[in-house]
Amino acid sequence: MLYLDHAATTPMRPEARAAMAPFLADVFGNPSGLHGVARTAKNALEDARERAAGILGAAHPLEIVFTGGGTEADNLAVVGAALAEGGGVVTAATEHEAVLESAAFLTRIGRDTRVVGVDGAGRVDVQNVIDSVDDATAVVSVMAANNETGVVQPVAKLATAVHGERPGVVVHTDAVQAFVSEDVTVGDLGVDLLSLAAHKFGGPKGIGLLYVRNGVDLEPVIHGGGQELGRRSGTQNVAGIVGMVAAMEAATEGRDEFRSRVRAERDVFESRLTGAIPDVVVNAPSDARLVQHSHVRIPGVPAETLLIRLDQRGVAASAGSACQSGAIEPSHVLTAMGIGSEDARHCVRFSFGWTTPRGAGSDAAGAVIETVGALR
Amino acid sequence: MRALVAMSGGVDSSVAAALMLDQGYDVVGVTLKQWEGPGGALPTAGCCTVGDAEDARRVAAQLDVPYYVLDYTAEFREAVVDHFGAEYLAGRTPNPCIECNRNVRFTALLERTAALGCDVLVTGHHARIAYEDRRWKLLRAVDTTKDQSYVLHMLTAAQLPLIRMPVGEMTKAEVRRRAEVLGLRTASKPDSQDLCFVGRRDYRAFLREQFPESDAPGPIVDLDGNVVGSHDGTAGFTIGQRRGLGLAMGEPRYVVDIAAAERTVTVGRRDDLAVGTCTVGAVSFVTGSFPEDPSVAIKVRYRAEPLMGSVVADEDGVVVRFATPQVGVAPGQAAVFYAGDEVLGGGTIEATFAASAALALEGAGG
Repeated sequence: MLYLDHAATTPMRPEARAAMAPFLADVFGNPSGLHGVARTAKNALEDARERAAGILGAAHPLEIVFTGGGTEADNLAVVGAALAEGGGVVTAATEHEAVLESAAFLTRIGRDTRVVGVDGAGRVDVQNVIDSVDDATAVVSVMAANNETGVVQPVAKLATAVHGERPGVVVHTDAVQAFVSEDVTVGDLGVDLLSLAAHKFGGPKGIGLLYVRNGVDLEPVIHGGGQELGRRSGTQNVAGIVGMVAAMEAATEGRDEFRSRVRAERDVFESRLTGAIPDVVVNAPSDARLVQHSHVRIPGVPAETLLIRLDQRGVAASAGSACQSGAIEPSHVLTAMGIGSEDARHCVRFSFGWTTPRGAGSDAAGAVIETVGALR
Repeated sequence: MRALVAMSGGVDSSVAAALMLDQGYDVVGVTLKQWEGPGGALPTAGCCTVGDAEDARRVAAQLDVPYYVLDYTAEFREAVVDHFGAEYLAGRTPNPCIECNRNVRFTALLERTAALGCDVLVTGHHARIAYEDRRWKLLRAVDTTKDQSYVLHMLTAAQLPLIRMPVGEMTKAEVRRRAEVLGLRTASKPDSQDLCFVGRRDYRAFLREQFPESDAPGPIVDLDGNVVGSHDGTAGFTIGQRRGLGLAMGEPRYVVDIAAAERTVTVGRRDDLAVGTCTVGAVSFVTGSFPEDPSVAIKVRYRAEPLMGSVVADEDGVVVRFATPQVGVAPGQAAVFYAGDEVLGGGTIEATFAASAALALEGAGG
């Protein structure tokens, strides 16, 4: 079994599992209570919040809002900021559906939505974004790195430019895909809102966070008992939260080693692949994307067929996004990069991660080369 | 050996997958995504729904075999749905199951079977494929009440060795019993009755929505040309149809002709429906060649018994003559030729000639 779908989700890190264990057993309190049982949970929750704030370089722990995952964090950021500020959103064509569908929702309720295109490498042009921002704009949302291609966006430059031109406009970045391999801090990026999802960096599923710069107003999208300073109601998932923060720490601590190891595997993978299959196309230049992503097009070999054949030999990879039924959908990300729908159906993503063993890049390339040979 | 099983989420293909495992095959289950609702979602009503794919996925999990959903929406739209609309707009009565088998299931998917690492393609059709008398044959199902060989007539001798239809050897009751014994969740799921892409609603509403040009009102006339009523669009009608004509004429009237170009529907008495001869296009023979004996049994609708007649090729193409006049012979439907239980081949009914006219022609000619 060779798991090369870390961009979809990652195995849990032992640090996360260990941190969660007590909260799946004896420590069960509701952090909102007043008694000792509740206090134990509350203390763990606030300790986790402080550590998360520290890792992200937040000025205050209360700038961290725990959510039920990355999608919810993106919804709270885009919809919450637009509703609170009374404006619309400017975003990019390659954003995750969590952002694009939030923007579509804003359109349905009469807000102004503008979707900026990307170049052939999948990058937005900062000036294009600035040109789309006007008095009707409440929030600009551009992801730190793309979940399909791994293409990194110039978020820091963008945040500086937006804040310079339009000081009232809130800047959000979805850093869900980037965090595992990039040094993500709100100081460096200069953003007002930032989303993370635990399961992309070795934490559990169903938990995420939104960094909310002090002073930024958000209209909640989940209404209820007023937890998380009213920004996200519902009893906190304490086990998930402590697991996520333990995974954040492990990811941050091991990041340099991760980057060099994963990059080496990926580069071997790509060089073997391009060597053996001359017409293979690697989408996006390697210095423009995350170290763990390899997104390739193999002419004449449909992604669906290749992925099933690889699955039969125990290699797990993926293509674009899957619909509700599990069928592979033509990817909006590739379409935005100018890749035709027929070519897009021949694109496959291999993503490496913290459990990727040494030699995996070469093994994976061997499996792909053999399979492609059989299919051609 | 590995079998690619096309699983619809119904009981037949569920049991087909189980039977292939029994035969020692490794099984790969797939559901074809053929049609989608708004935003690319699977439809929620009718066949091919999210629920059906989920049933197929759960059965595959129970059988412990890998399962995938394959996207055939583009192929299906073009070969089946567009064809369905175009045929109705031309005043014909299409059979989309046949077009799907012809252009999607037994071409696109069959051709891909090897690429998906599989040796045979398996479906849950009630029909039999057998190697007898040193050749491959397509035969009617053991359960004649469920026989689906009519919609499989386009298969070729070269394709048959690559296809398995194991439930064709069983009665429907046996299939359900087998599913029950295996504890499959589809054991008592009702048979689908609907066109998969139309669902439970009226197909006329589907036509209006997908092919707005079908909304073209015109007259209903009798055989003498008298206007006796009006209609909202010829696409809503089928040869032999009696209901929904909105006519009060004392005795029942049936649709006997649909002239789409003139937007005219002609009605007549039941006797006027009697067809003696029809021409057939897109003819293919499972056996690989035209039958030596022109005397064959002919089935002209999915739910009709094969009746005797003859099939010959002349300068007008392939011509079918019925030994006794047939009612409900509709252009666009298939004429399928049988010798006993064996499917010899078939094609698409192009034009029909009234029994009396055919006799007159024959009289004049001979």
